[in-house]
Amino acid sequence: MNLSVVVDLASWILIGLGSLVVMIGALGLVRMPDVFTRMHAAGMIDTSGAGLILAGLILQAGFSLVSLKLVVLIGLFFFTSPVATHALARAALYGGLAPRLSEDSDLDKVAGDYPIARARTPGD
Amino acid sequence: MFAAAALAILMAMGLALVRALRGPTVFDRVLAANSIATLAILLLAVVGFLFGRPEFLDIGITYGLLNLISTLAVLKFWRFGDLGRASEEEEDRA
Repeated sequence: MNLSVVVDLASWILIGLGSLVVMIGALGLVRMPDVFTRMHAAGMIDTSGAGLILAGLILQAGFSLVSLKLVVLIGLFFFTSPVATHALARAALYGGLAPRLSEDSDLDKVAGDYPIARARTPGD
Repeated sequence: MFAAAALAILMAMGLALVRALRGPTVFDRVLAANSIATLAILLLAVVGFLFGRPEFLDIGITYGLLNLISTLAVLKFWRFGDLGRASEEEEDRA
């Protein structure tokens, strides 16, 4: 096998894996029980899904301006996705949403200063 | 293969749209909107390669920057009911 075939194959594998991860993340977004667990699923789309697909595209693009733009896009996801998720989690906690906990864990200890209403745990 | 990836991303967008419509809280909707925007950027990149027009990536980068701003703006608006309100740290200093 020569090099271009190997690079092609590797990029298809990366793109395929990325598509799979994106699908799993979206499925988690629908199936998970509350906002905080859904954030976890959405984080999978933002990090591994986007990372794998864009890495596959970089292998397709080769060494060019296009791959530089893809690297910029990966960097953008790397920095903006945690910021957005963190802001969302804080806003949800301040909005009075309680995370779903197991029976034996203490909500007051987890809650800290956040005004979490114990009664309001809207799941789906 | 690009087409398959585009199809997977479209299906994921559909699932995220289901979450955005079902709610139940505003945070679920913001989260779903954020995910849809991420997936739209990926779709732009993949479709750009599919049709041999990688300049779509520029639109993707712009959209990625706008996405963060819009998410933070909606969250701030939802928490304070106002985008022009100073943060708590600034109020303490004043």
